[in-house]
Amino acid sequence: MTILAIDTSNHPLGVALLENDQVIGEYITNLKKNHSIRIMPAIQALMQDCERVPADLTKIVVAKGPGSYTGVRIGVTIAKTLAWTLNIPLVGVSSLEILAAGAGRYFEGYISPLFDARRGQIYTGLYQYVHGKLETTKRDQVAMAVDWAEQLTEMDKPILFVGNDLSIHRDVIGERLGSRAIFAGVTEQNPRPSELAMLGKDKQGEDVHTFVPNYIRLAEAEAKWLEKQAKNFQ
Amino acid sequence: MKKDQVILGIETSCDETAAAIVINGCEIAANVVASQIESHKRFGGVVPEIASRHHVEQITIVLEEVLQQANMTMADIDAIAVTEGPGLVGALLIGVNAAKALAFAHNKPLVPVHHIAGHIYANRLVTELKFPLLALVVSGGHTELVYMKEQGHFEVIGETRDDAAGEAYDKVARVLHMPYPGGPHIDRLAHEGSPVIDLPRAWLEEGSYDFSFSGLKSAVINTVHNAQQRGQTIKPEDLAASFQDSVVEVLVTKTVKAAEEYRVKQVIVAGGVAANKGLRSALETAFSEIEEVDLVIPPLSLCTDNAAMIAAAGSVLFEKGVRADISLNANPGLDIEIFNA
Ligand SMILES: [Zn+2]
Repeated sequence: MTILAIDTSNHPLGVALLENDQVIGEYITNLKKNHSIRIMPAIQALMQDCERVPADLTKIVVAKGPGSYTGVRIGVTIAKTLAWTLNIPLVGVSSLEILAAGAGRYFEGYISPLFDARRGQIYTGLYQYVHGKLETTKRDQVAMAVDWAEQLTEMDKPILFVGNDLSIHRDVIGERLGSRAIFAGVTEQNPRPSELAMLGKDKQGEDVHTFVPNYIRLAEAEAKWLEKQAKNFQ
Repeated sequence: MKKDQVILGIETSCDETAAAIVINGCEIAANVVASQIESHKRFGGVVPEIASRHHVEQITIVLEEVLQQANMTMADIDAIAVTEGPGLVGALLIGVNAAKALAFAHNKPLVPVHHIAGHIYANRLVTELKFPLLALVVSGGHTELVYMKEQGHFEVIGETRDDAAGEAYDKVARVLHMPYPGGPHIDRLAHEGSPVIDLPRAWLEEGSYDFSFSGLKSAVINTVHNAQQRGQTIKPEDLAASFQDSVVEVLVTKTVKAAEEYRVKQVIVAGGVAANKGLRSALETAFSEIEEVDLVIPPLSLCTDNAAMIAAAGSVLFEKGVRADISLNANPGLDIEIFNA
Protein backbone atom coordinates (compact mmCIF):
# COMPACT_ATOMS: atom_id res chain seq x y z
CA MET A 1 0.00 0.00 0.00
CA THR A 2 1.56 3.27 -1.13
CA ILE A 3 -0.57 6.41 -0.97
CA LEU A 4 0.33 9.66 -2.69
CA ALA A 5 -1.28 12.74 -1.15
CA ILE A 6 -1.44 16.06 -3.02
CA ASP A 7 -2.51 19.45 -1.69
CA THR A 8 -2.36 22.62 -3.80
CA SER A 9 -5.62 24.11 -2.63
CA ASN A 10 -4.14 27.11 -0.80
CA HIS A 11 -0.72 28.72 -0.46
CA PRO A 12 0.82 25.68 1.19
CA LEU A 13 1.90 23.13 -1.39
CA GLY A 14 2.13 19.64 0.03
CA VAL A 15 3.01 16.14 -1.11
CA ALA A 16 3.27 13.05 1.05
CA LEU A 17 3.88 9.35 0.62
CA LEU A 18 2.29 7.04 3.15
CA GLU A 19 3.20 3.38 3.12
CA ASN A 20 1.80 0.74 5.43
CA ASP A 21 0.98 3.26 8.17
CA GLN A 22 4.32 5.02 7.91
CA VAL A 23 4.89 8.45 6.46
CA ILE A 24 7.88 7.70 4.26
CA GLY A 25 8.13 11.15 2.75
CA GLU A 26 6.61 14.57 3.07
CA TYR A 27 7.24 17.87 1.32
CA ILE A 28 5.65 21.14 2.20
CA THR A 29 6.14 24.81 1.44
CA ASN A 30 4.06 27.81 2.41
CA LEU A 31 4.85 30.26 -0.35
CA LYS A 32 2.90 32.46 -2.71
CA LYS A 33 4.54 30.77 -5.68
CA ASN A 34 3.10 29.08 -8.72
CA HIS A 35 1.69 25.65 -7.87
CA SER A 36 1.35 24.67 -11.52
CA ILE A 37 5.10 24.96 -12.04
CA ARG A 38 6.13 23.35 -8.75
CA ILE A 39 3.74 20.54 -7.89
CA MET A 40 4.75 17.89 -10.43
CA PRO A 41 8.50 18.39 -9.82
CA ALA A 42 7.75 18.14 -6.07
CA ILE A 43 5.92 14.84 -6.58
CA GLN A 44 8.72 13.56 -8.79
CA ALA A 45 11.49 14.57 -6.38
CA LEU A 46 9.76 13.07 -3.35
CA MET A 47 9.07 9.80 -5.14
CA GLN A 48 12.65 9.62 -6.40
CA ASP A 49 14.04 10.26 -2.92
CA CYS A 50 11.77 7.56 -1.54
CA GLU A 51 12.73 5.25 -4.42
CA ARG A 52 9.18 4.75 -5.55
CA VAL A 53 7.84 4.80 -9.12
CA PRO A 54 4.33 5.71 -10.28
CA ALA A 55 3.44 2.05 -10.77
CA ASP A 56 4.03 1.47 -7.02
CA LEU A 57 1.17 3.80 -6.09
CA THR A 58 -2.03 2.18 -4.84
CA LYS A 59 -4.12 5.25 -4.06
CA ILE A 60 -4.24 9.00 -4.66
CA VAL A 61 -5.62 11.31 -1.98
CA VAL A 62 -6.19 14.94 -2.87
CA ALA A 63 -7.23 18.08 -1.00
CA LYS A 64 -10.47 18.97 -2.74
CA GLY A 65 -11.00 22.48 -1.35
CA PRO A 66 -12.15 24.91 -0.30
CA GLY A 67 -9.39 27.26 -1.30
CA SER A 68 -8.08 29.02 -4.37
CA TYR A 69 -10.22 27.92 -7.33
CA THR A 70 -7.19 27.67 -9.59
CA GLY A 71 -5.02 26.06 -6.92
CA VAL A 72 -7.47 23.35 -6.06
CA ARG A 73 -8.06 22.58 -9.74
CA ILE A 74 -4.34 22.01 -10.33
CA GLY A 75 -4.16 19.36 -7.59
CA VAL A 76 -7.47 17.77 -8.50
CA THR A 77 -6.58 17.58 -12.22
CA ILE A 78 -3.27 15.88 -11.46
CA ALA A 79 -4.90 13.54 -8.93
CA LYS A 80 -7.71 12.58 -11.32
CA THR A 81 -5.32 12.00 -14.19
CA LEU A 82 -2.92 9.89 -12.11
CA ALA A 83 -5.70 7.83 -10.54
CA TRP A 84 -7.35 7.26 -13.90
CA THR A 85 -4.21 6.37 -15.84
CA LEU A 86 -2.72 4.20 -13.09
CA ASN A 87 -6.13 2.65 -12.51
CA ILE A 88 -6.05 3.18 -8.74
CA PRO A 89 -8.63 4.69 -6.36
CA LEU A 90 -9.00 8.44 -5.89
CA VAL A 91 -10.14 9.96 -2.61
CA GLY A 92 -10.89 13.62 -1.92
CA VAL A 93 -10.57 15.16 1.52
CA SER A 94 -11.67 18.60 2.68
CA SER A 95 -8.77 21.04 2.76
CA LEU A 96 -10.12 22.31 6.09
CA GLU A 97 -10.31 18.84 7.58
CA ILE A 98 -6.56 18.39 6.98
CA LEU A 99 -5.80 21.42 9.14
CA ALA A 100 -8.19 20.28 11.86
CA ALA A 101 -6.76 16.76 11.89
CA GLY A 102 -3.22 17.94 12.50
CA ALA A 103 -3.66 20.74 14.99
CA GLY A 104 -6.54 19.34 16.99
CA ARG A 105 -5.59 15.72 17.63
CA TYR A 106 -5.17 16.08 21.40
CA PHE A 107 -7.48 19.03 21.88
CA GLU A 108 -10.57 18.58 24.05
CA GLY A 109 -13.01 20.81 22.29
CA TYR A 110 -13.98 21.97 18.84
CA ILE A 111 -11.60 22.82 16.03
CA SER A 112 -12.29 25.58 13.53
CA PRO A 113 -9.79 25.48 10.66
CA LEU A 114 -9.96 28.49 8.39
CA PHE A 115 -8.74 30.07 5.17
CA ASP A 116 -9.28 33.71 4.31
CA ALA A 117 -11.98 34.15 1.67
CA ARG A 118 -11.57 37.93 1.30
CA ARG A 119 -13.82 40.85 2.26
CA GLY A 120 -14.10 39.70 5.87
CA GLN A 121 -15.11 36.19 4.90
CA ILE A 122 -13.55 32.85 5.78
CA TYR A 123 -13.83 29.30 4.56
CA THR A 124 -14.32 27.25 7.68
CA GLY A 125 -16.09 24.35 9.33
CA LEU A 126 -16.26 22.86 12.79
CA TYR A 127 -14.58 19.59 13.70
CA GLN A 128 -14.11 17.52 16.82
CA TYR A 129 -12.11 14.45 17.80
CA VAL A 130 -14.44 11.84 19.24
CA HIS A 131 -12.69 8.70 20.59
CA GLY A 132 -9.64 9.48 18.48
CA LYS A 133 -11.65 9.97 15.29
CA LEU A 134 -12.17 13.33 13.61
CA GLU A 135 -15.83 14.18 13.15
CA THR A 136 -17.60 17.07 11.44
CA THR A 137 -19.80 19.20 13.71
CA LYS A 138 -20.57 21.97 11.21
CA ARG A 139 -20.01 21.42 7.50
CA ASP A 140 -17.46 23.39 5.44
CA GLN A 141 -18.84 26.77 4.44
CA VAL A 142 -18.02 30.34 3.60
CA ALA A 143 -19.07 32.88 6.24
CA MET A 144 -18.29 36.33 7.51
CA ALA A 145 -15.70 35.78 10.23
CA VAL A 146 -17.73 37.92 12.61
CA ASP A 147 -20.92 35.88 12.03
CA TRP A 148 -19.05 32.63 12.42
CA ALA A 149 -17.57 33.73 15.75
CA GLU A 150 -21.00 34.86 16.88
CA GLN A 151 -22.46 31.46 16.00
CA LEU A 152 -19.76 29.72 18.01
CA THR A 153 -20.59 31.60 21.22
CA GLU A 154 -23.28 28.94 21.71
CA MET A 155 -20.80 26.06 21.79
CA ASP A 156 -20.25 24.25 25.07
CA LYS A 157 -16.48 23.74 24.77
CA PRO A 158 -13.45 25.84 23.85
CA ILE A 159 -12.63 26.25 20.18
CA LEU A 160 -9.21 25.88 18.59
CA PHE A 161 -8.67 28.08 15.55
CA VAL A 162 -6.03 27.05 13.03
CA GLY A 163 -4.74 28.26 9.69
CA ASN A 164 -2.14 30.53 8.12
CA ASP A 165 -4.73 33.28 7.69
CA LEU A 166 -5.54 33.46 11.41
CA SER A 167 -3.77 36.77 11.78
CA ILE A 168 -6.33 38.44 9.49
CA HIS A 169 -9.33 37.37 11.58
CA ARG A 170 -7.88 36.85 15.03
CA ASP A 171 -9.14 40.11 16.48
CA VAL A 172 -12.71 39.65 15.32
CA ILE A 173 -12.80 36.10 16.70
CA GLY A 174 -11.13 37.02 19.99
CA GLU A 175 -13.55 39.89 20.53
CA ARG A 176 -16.59 37.61 20.30
CA LEU A 177 -15.28 34.48 22.01
CA GLY A 178 -12.77 35.79 24.55
CA SER A 179 -10.86 33.08 26.38
CA ARG A 180 -12.93 30.33 24.76
CA ALA A 181 -11.03 30.95 21.54
CA ILE A 182 -7.63 29.27 21.41
CA PHE A 183 -5.22 29.92 18.58
CA ALA A 184 -2.89 27.27 17.21
CA GLY A 185 0.85 27.90 17.13
CA VAL A 186 3.03 28.75 14.16
CA THR A 187 4.16 25.18 13.44
CA GLU A 188 0.59 23.93 13.23
CA GLN A 189 -0.74 26.43 10.70
CA ASN A 190 0.18 24.53 7.54
CA PRO A 191 -2.07 21.68 6.44
CA ARG A 192 0.15 18.60 6.57
CA PRO A 193 -0.02 16.38 3.48
CA SER A 194 0.69 13.34 5.67
CA GLU A 195 -2.52 14.09 7.58
CA LEU A 196 -4.26 14.26 4.22
CA ALA A 197 -2.91 10.82 3.33
CA MET A 198 -4.05 9.39 6.68
CA LEU A 199 -7.54 10.89 6.33
CA GLY A 200 -7.95 9.31 2.91
CA LYS A 201 -6.32 5.99 3.75
CA ASP A 202 -9.45 4.07 4.67
CA LYS A 203 -11.93 6.03 2.60
CA GLN A 204 -13.46 4.35 -0.38
CA GLY A 205 -12.39 5.47 -3.82
CA GLU A 206 -14.71 7.86 -5.65
CA ASP A 207 -15.67 7.92 -9.31
CA VAL A 208 -12.63 9.49 -10.97
CA HIS A 209 -14.46 10.93 -13.99
CA THR A 210 -17.12 12.81 -12.03
CA PHE A 211 -14.80 13.90 -9.22
CA VAL A 212 -14.72 17.70 -8.85
CA PRO A 213 -13.33 20.17 -6.32
CA ASN A 214 -15.52 21.45 -3.53
CA TYR A 215 -15.47 25.13 -4.42
CA ILE A 216 -18.16 25.91 -1.80
CA ARG A 217 -19.14 28.89 -3.91
CA LEU A 218 -20.71 29.05 -7.35
CA ALA A 219 -18.77 30.83 -10.06
CA GLU A 220 -19.69 34.52 -9.83
CA ALA A 221 -21.28 34.60 -13.29
CA GLU A 222 -23.33 31.52 -12.43
CA ALA A 223 -24.58 33.02 -9.16
CA LYS A 224 -25.59 36.25 -10.92
CA TRP A 225 -27.32 34.33 -13.68
CA LEU A 226 -29.32 32.28 -11.18
CA GLU A 227 -30.27 35.44 -9.32
CA LYS A 228 -31.57 36.95 -12.54
CA GLN A 229 -33.51 33.78 -13.37
CA ALA A 230 -35.14 33.85 -9.96
CA LYS A 231 -36.13 37.50 -10.41
CA ASN A 232 -37.59 36.83 -13.85
CA PHE A 233 -39.58 33.97 -12.39
CA GLN A 234 -41.20 36.05 -9.65
CA MET B 1 10.19 -0.21 -42.04
CA LYS B 2 10.01 2.84 -39.82
CA LYS B 3 7.76 2.53 -36.82
CA ASP B 4 4.72 4.80 -36.79
CA GLN B 5 4.95 7.91 -34.66
CA VAL B 6 1.91 8.17 -32.34
CA ILE B 7 1.13 11.48 -30.62
CA LEU B 8 -1.55 12.10 -28.00
CA GLY B 9 -2.75 15.71 -28.18
CA ILE B 10 -4.55 17.62 -25.44
CA GLU B 11 -6.26 21.00 -25.91
CA THR B 12 -8.14 23.03 -23.27
CA SER B 13 -7.32 26.64 -24.15
CA CYS B 14 -10.88 27.94 -24.30
CA ASP B 15 -14.23 26.20 -24.10
CA GLU B 16 -13.56 22.80 -25.66
CA THR B 17 -12.03 19.93 -23.70
CA ALA B 18 -10.29 17.90 -26.38
CA ALA B 19 -7.96 14.95 -26.84
CA ALA B 20 -6.82 13.23 -30.02
CA ILE B 21 -4.38 10.64 -31.25
CA VAL B 22 -2.59 11.33 -34.51
CA ILE B 23 -0.29 8.94 -36.39
CA ASN B 24 2.75 10.29 -38.24
CA GLY B 25 1.43 13.82 -37.93
CA CYS B 26 -1.22 13.43 -40.59
CA GLU B 27 -3.58 10.57 -39.83
CA ILE B 28 -6.26 10.87 -37.15
CA ALA B 29 -6.67 7.69 -35.08
CA ALA B 30 -9.22 9.33 -32.77
CA ASN B 31 -10.42 12.86 -32.17
CA VAL B 32 -12.67 13.68 -29.20
CA VAL B 33 -14.07 17.14 -28.42
CA ALA B 34 -16.34 17.93 -25.48
CA SER B 35 -17.82 21.33 -26.20
CA GLN B 36 -19.07 23.60 -23.42
CA ILE B 37 -20.75 26.05 -25.74
CA GLU B 38 -24.25 25.25 -24.47
CA SER B 39 -23.17 26.18 -20.96
CA HIS B 40 -21.66 29.53 -22.00
CA LYS B 41 -24.48 30.60 -24.34
CA ARG B 42 -26.59 31.94 -21.49
CA PHE B 43 -23.77 34.35 -20.57
CA GLY B 44 -23.30 35.61 -24.13
CA GLY B 45 -19.66 34.54 -24.15
CA VAL B 46 -17.14 32.23 -22.55
CA VAL B 47 -16.86 32.73 -18.79
CA PRO B 48 -13.29 31.74 -17.82
CA GLU B 49 -14.08 30.36 -14.35
CA ILE B 50 -16.94 28.26 -15.69
CA ALA B 51 -14.80 27.01 -18.58
CA SER B 52 -12.13 25.91 -16.11
CA ARG B 53 -14.69 24.07 -14.00
CA HIS B 54 -16.03 22.21 -17.02
CA HIS B 55 -12.54 21.19 -18.11
CA VAL B 56 -11.98 19.46 -14.74
CA GLU B 57 -15.28 17.62 -15.18
CA GLN B 58 -14.40 16.45 -18.68
CA ILE B 59 -10.67 15.85 -18.83
CA THR B 60 -10.35 12.18 -17.85
CA ILE B 61 -13.56 11.26 -19.68
CA VAL B 62 -12.18 12.73 -22.89
CA LEU B 63 -8.80 11.02 -22.40
CA GLU B 64 -10.41 7.64 -21.80
CA GLU B 65 -12.68 8.08 -24.79
CA VAL B 66 -9.82 8.89 -27.15
CA LEU B 67 -7.76 5.84 -26.15
CA GLN B 68 -10.83 3.64 -26.48
CA GLN B 69 -11.73 4.98 -29.90
CA ALA B 70 -8.17 4.51 -31.13
CA ASN B 71 -8.07 1.11 -29.49
CA MET B 72 -4.78 2.01 -27.84
CA THR B 73 -3.22 2.23 -24.39
CA MET B 74 -0.68 4.73 -23.09
CA ALA B 75 2.00 2.20 -24.03
CA ASP B 76 1.28 2.92 -27.71
CA ILE B 77 1.86 6.66 -27.29
CA ASP B 78 5.27 8.11 -28.24
CA ALA B 79 4.74 11.61 -26.87
CA ILE B 80 2.12 13.85 -25.30
CA ALA B 81 1.51 17.20 -27.00
CA VAL B 82 -0.40 19.85 -25.11
CA THR B 83 -1.49 23.43 -25.75
CA GLU B 84 0.77 25.62 -23.62
CA GLY B 85 -0.89 28.84 -24.81
CA PRO B 86 -2.23 31.27 -25.76
CA GLY B 87 -5.69 31.04 -24.24
CA LEU B 88 -7.51 31.37 -20.94
CA VAL B 89 -4.97 30.65 -18.23
CA GLY B 90 -7.30 28.70 -15.93
CA ALA B 91 -8.51 26.61 -18.85
CA LEU B 92 -5.01 25.96 -20.21
CA LEU B 93 -3.88 24.81 -16.75
CA ILE B 94 -6.20 21.79 -16.83
CA GLY B 95 -4.75 20.41 -20.07
CA VAL B 96 -1.19 21.24 -19.08
CA ASN B 97 -1.45 19.54 -15.70
CA ALA B 98 -3.25 16.49 -17.05
CA ALA B 99 -0.54 16.18 -19.71
CA LYS B 100 2.23 16.47 -17.14
CA ALA B 101 0.62 13.85 -14.89
CA LEU B 102 0.35 11.48 -17.86
CA ALA B 103 3.92 12.14 -18.96
CA PHE B 104 5.13 11.46 -15.41
CA ALA B 105 3.02 8.34 -14.87
CA HIS B 106 4.20 6.71 -18.10
CA ASN B 107 7.59 8.36 -18.53
CA LYS B 108 6.68 9.89 -21.89
CA PRO B 109 8.13 12.97 -23.58
CA LEU B 110 6.06 16.12 -23.24
CA VAL B 111 5.79 18.52 -26.20
CA PRO B 112 4.45 22.06 -25.64
CA VAL B 113 2.38 23.38 -28.55
CA HIS B 114 1.28 26.89 -29.51
CA HIS B 115 -2.47 26.98 -30.13
CA ILE B 116 -2.10 28.81 -33.45
CA ALA B 117 0.56 26.37 -34.62
CA GLY B 118 -2.15 23.79 -33.96
CA HIS B 119 -4.70 25.64 -36.10
CA ILE B 120 -2.18 25.85 -38.93
CA TYR B 121 -1.23 22.18 -38.69
CA ALA B 122 -4.89 21.13 -38.73
CA ASN B 123 -4.36 21.46 -42.49
CA ARG B 124 -1.73 18.74 -42.51
CA LEU B 125 -4.52 16.33 -41.53
CA VAL B 126 -6.18 16.93 -44.90
CA THR B 127 -3.34 17.72 -47.26
CA GLU B 128 0.42 17.83 -47.57
CA LEU B 129 1.87 21.18 -46.59
CA LYS B 130 4.09 22.88 -49.18
CA PHE B 131 6.66 25.43 -48.09
CA PRO B 132 7.03 28.30 -48.06
CA LEU B 133 3.44 28.83 -47.03
CA LEU B 134 1.24 31.55 -45.67
CA ALA B 135 -1.43 30.91 -43.06
CA LEU B 136 -4.36 33.20 -42.46
CA VAL B 137 -5.50 32.49 -38.91
CA VAL B 138 -8.91 33.88 -38.02
CA SER B 139 -10.85 33.00 -34.91
CA GLY B 140 -12.63 34.48 -31.91
CA GLY B 141 -9.27 35.25 -30.35
CA HIS B 142 -6.91 35.67 -33.30
CA THR B 143 -6.44 37.35 -36.63
CA GLU B 144 -2.94 36.87 -37.98
CA LEU B 145 -0.92 36.16 -41.06
CA VAL B 146 1.82 33.64 -40.35
CA TYR B 147 4.62 32.98 -42.80
CA MET B 148 6.32 29.58 -42.68
CA LYS B 149 9.49 29.13 -44.68
CA GLU B 150 9.74 25.50 -43.57
CA GLN B 151 8.20 22.84 -41.34
CA GLY B 152 7.84 24.00 -37.72
CA HIS B 153 9.07 27.57 -38.37
CA PHE B 154 6.64 30.43 -37.73
CA GLU B 155 6.91 34.13 -38.48
CA VAL B 156 4.01 36.43 -37.68
CA ILE B 157 3.97 39.02 -40.48
CA GLY B 158 0.68 40.62 -39.50
CA GLU B 159 -1.76 40.57 -36.61
CA THR B 160 -4.72 42.47 -35.26
CA ARG B 161 -3.96 45.59 -33.28
CA ASP B 162 -7.26 45.47 -31.40
CA ASP B 163 -10.18 43.06 -31.83
CA ALA B 164 -9.89 39.68 -33.47
CA ALA B 165 -12.18 39.20 -36.47
CA GLY B 166 -14.29 36.66 -34.57
CA GLU B 167 -14.64 39.05 -31.68
CA ALA B 168 -15.94 41.76 -34.02
CA TYR B 169 -18.48 39.25 -35.35
CA ASP B 170 -19.69 38.46 -31.83
CA LYS B 171 -20.04 42.15 -30.96
CA VAL B 172 -21.91 43.03 -34.14
CA ALA B 173 -24.17 40.02 -33.56
CA ARG B 174 -24.97 41.43 -30.15
CA VAL B 175 -25.92 44.79 -31.68
CA LEU B 176 -28.29 42.90 -33.97
CA HIS B 177 -29.70 40.97 -30.98
CA MET B 178 -28.43 37.63 -32.19
CA PRO B 179 -27.27 34.87 -29.88
CA TYR B 180 -23.66 33.98 -29.08
CA PRO B 181 -21.57 32.91 -30.92
CA GLY B 182 -22.46 35.49 -33.54
CA GLY B 183 -20.28 34.46 -36.48
CA PRO B 184 -22.54 31.86 -38.08
CA HIS B 185 -25.62 34.11 -37.64
CA ILE B 186 -24.00 37.11 -39.32
CA ASP B 187 -22.68 34.88 -42.09
CA ARG B 188 -26.16 33.47 -42.76
CA LEU B 189 -27.82 36.89 -42.57
CA ALA B 190 -25.19 38.44 -44.86
CA HIS B 191 -26.18 36.06 -47.63
CA GLU B 192 -29.76 37.33 -47.45
CA GLY B 193 -28.84 41.02 -47.69
CA SER B 194 -26.79 43.39 -49.85
CA PRO B 195 -23.77 45.44 -48.82
CA VAL B 196 -25.49 48.80 -49.32
CA ILE B 197 -24.29 50.46 -46.12
CA ASP B 198 -20.98 52.25 -46.37
CA LEU B 199 -18.62 50.92 -43.70
CA PRO B 200 -14.90 51.63 -43.33
CA ARG B 201 -12.03 49.33 -44.24
CA ALA B 202 -8.94 49.60 -42.03
CA TRP B 203 -5.97 49.27 -44.36
CA LEU B 204 -3.50 50.83 -41.89
CA GLU B 205 -0.12 52.08 -43.19
CA GLU B 206 1.09 51.23 -46.65
CA GLY B 207 2.64 47.77 -46.71
CA SER B 208 1.35 46.71 -43.28
CA TYR B 209 -0.14 43.25 -42.89
CA ASP B 210 -1.68 44.16 -39.55
CA PHE B 211 -5.42 44.31 -39.01
CA SER B 212 -7.80 46.48 -37.02
CA PHE B 213 -11.48 45.80 -36.51
CA SER B 214 -12.44 48.10 -33.65
CA GLY B 215 -13.17 51.04 -35.97
CA LEU B 216 -15.45 48.89 -38.06
CA LYS B 217 -17.21 47.62 -34.96
CA SER B 218 -17.79 51.22 -33.77
CA ALA B 219 -19.05 52.24 -37.21
CA VAL B 220 -21.64 49.44 -37.07
CA ILE B 221 -22.77 50.50 -33.61
CA ASN B 222 -22.99 54.17 -34.70
CA THR B 223 -24.94 53.27 -37.82
CA VAL B 224 -27.54 51.41 -35.77
CA HIS B 225 -27.65 54.16 -33.16
CA ASN B 226 -28.05 56.99 -35.68
CA ALA B 227 -30.79 55.15 -37.53
CA GLN B 228 -32.66 54.62 -34.27
CA GLN B 229 -32.44 58.33 -33.45
CA ARG B 230 -33.80 59.29 -36.82
CA GLY B 231 -36.53 56.71 -36.50
CA GLN B 232 -35.23 54.83 -39.51
CA THR B 233 -34.94 51.09 -39.73
CA ILE B 234 -31.96 49.29 -41.10
CA LYS B 235 -32.37 45.86 -42.59
CA PRO B 236 -30.25 43.58 -40.38
CA GLU B 237 -29.48 41.53 -43.48
CA ASP B 238 -27.96 44.55 -45.20
CA LEU B 239 -25.98 45.53 -42.15
CA ALA B 240 -24.62 42.00 -41.81
CA ALA B 241 -23.73 41.90 -45.51
CA SER B 242 -22.01 45.29 -45.33
CA PHE B 243 -20.07 44.33 -42.20
CA GLN B 244 -19.02 40.98 -43.61
CA ASP B 245 -17.97 42.62 -46.86
CA SER B 246 -15.65 44.97 -45.02
CA VAL B 247 -14.05 42.20 -42.93
CA VAL B 248 -13.66 39.84 -45.87
CA GLU B 249 -12.29 42.44 -48.24
CA VAL B 250 -9.52 43.42 -45.83
CA LEU B 251 -8.65 39.82 -44.97
CA VAL B 252 -8.56 38.66 -48.56
CA THR B 253 -6.69 41.66 -49.96
CA LYS B 254 -3.94 41.46 -47.34
CA THR B 255 -3.65 37.69 -47.72
CA VAL B 256 -3.28 37.93 -51.48
CA LYS B 257 -0.69 40.69 -51.17
CA ALA B 258 1.35 38.76 -48.63
CA ALA B 259 1.14 35.57 -50.67
CA GLU B 260 2.57 37.42 -53.65
CA GLU B 261 5.26 39.28 -51.75
CA TYR B 262 6.48 36.15 -49.96
CA ARG B 263 6.12 34.00 -53.09
CA VAL B 264 4.45 31.17 -51.20
CA LYS B 265 3.38 27.88 -52.70
CA GLN B 266 0.40 27.47 -50.45
CA VAL B 267 -2.07 29.61 -48.56
CA ILE B 268 -3.86 27.88 -45.73
CA VAL B 269 -6.78 29.15 -43.75
CA ALA B 270 -7.10 28.23 -40.08
CA GLY B 271 -9.28 28.97 -37.07
CA GLY B 272 -13.00 29.09 -36.40
CA VAL B 273 -13.76 31.96 -38.78
CA ALA B 274 -12.41 29.78 -41.61
CA ALA B 275 -15.87 28.22 -41.46
CA ASN B 276 -17.35 31.51 -42.69
CA LYS B 277 -18.89 30.99 -46.14
CA GLY B 278 -18.36 34.59 -47.23
CA LEU B 279 -14.65 34.41 -46.44
CA ARG B 280 -14.24 30.98 -48.02
CA SER B 281 -15.80 31.96 -51.31
CA ALA B 282 -13.98 35.29 -51.52
CA LEU B 283 -10.65 33.55 -50.95
CA GLU B 284 -11.51 30.88 -53.51
CA THR B 285 -12.32 33.51 -56.09
CA ALA B 286 -9.18 35.52 -55.39
CA PHE B 287 -6.79 32.58 -55.49
CA SER B 288 -8.40 30.94 -58.51
CA GLU B 289 -6.67 33.72 -60.44
CA ILE B 290 -3.25 33.02 -58.94
CA GLU B 291 -2.09 29.76 -60.46
CA GLU B 292 1.14 29.23 -58.58
CA VAL B 293 -0.55 29.30 -55.15
CA ASP B 294 -2.62 26.45 -53.70
CA LEU B 295 -5.44 27.51 -51.40
CA VAL B 296 -6.26 25.07 -48.59
CA ILE B 297 -9.32 25.46 -46.39
CA PRO B 298 -9.83 22.66 -43.86
CA PRO B 299 -13.19 21.00 -43.23
CA LEU B 300 -15.38 22.60 -40.59
CA SER B 301 -14.59 20.01 -37.92
CA LEU B 302 -10.90 20.94 -38.05
CA CYS B 303 -11.44 24.72 -38.11
CA THR B 304 -12.78 24.95 -34.58
CA ASP B 305 -10.63 24.05 -31.58
CA ASN B 306 -9.67 20.38 -31.39
CA ALA B 307 -6.74 18.31 -30.19
CA ALA B 308 -5.95 16.57 -33.47
CA MET B 309 -4.44 19.85 -34.63
CA ILE B 310 -2.35 20.02 -31.43
CA ALA B 311 -1.13 16.46 -31.99
CA ALA B 312 -0.37 17.26 -35.65
CA ALA B 313 1.71 20.31 -34.70
CA GLY B 314 3.17 18.34 -31.79
CA SER B 315 4.32 15.68 -34.22
CA VAL B 316 6.50 18.17 -36.12
CA LEU B 317 7.80 19.82 -32.95
CA PHE B 318 8.57 16.39 -31.45
CA GLU B 319 10.66 15.55 -34.53
CA LYS B 320 12.38 18.92 -34.15
CA GLY B 321 13.31 17.98 -30.59
CA VAL B 322 11.04 20.45 -28.82
CA ARG B 323 10.42 19.23 -25.25
CA ALA B 324 9.04 20.49 -21.95
CA ASP B 325 9.76 19.07 -18.52
CA ILE B 326 7.12 18.61 -15.86
CA SER B 327 7.52 22.15 -14.60
CA LEU B 328 5.67 23.26 -17.77
CA ASN B 329 3.19 26.02 -17.02
CA ALA B 330 0.25 27.44 -18.93
CA ASN B 331 1.28 30.56 -20.83
CA PRO B 332 -1.74 32.68 -21.86
CA GLY B 333 0.43 35.11 -23.87
CA LEU B 334 2.73 32.56 -25.51
CA ASP B 335 4.67 33.79 -28.55
CA ILE B 336 4.63 31.45 -31.56
CA GLU B 337 8.08 32.46 -32.71
CA ILE B 338 9.87 30.90 -29.71
CA PHE B 339 9.45 27.52 -31.41
CA ASN B 340 11.77 28.59 -34.23
CA ALA B 341 15.10 28.09 -32.45
ZN1 LIG C 1 -8.54 28.30 -31.55
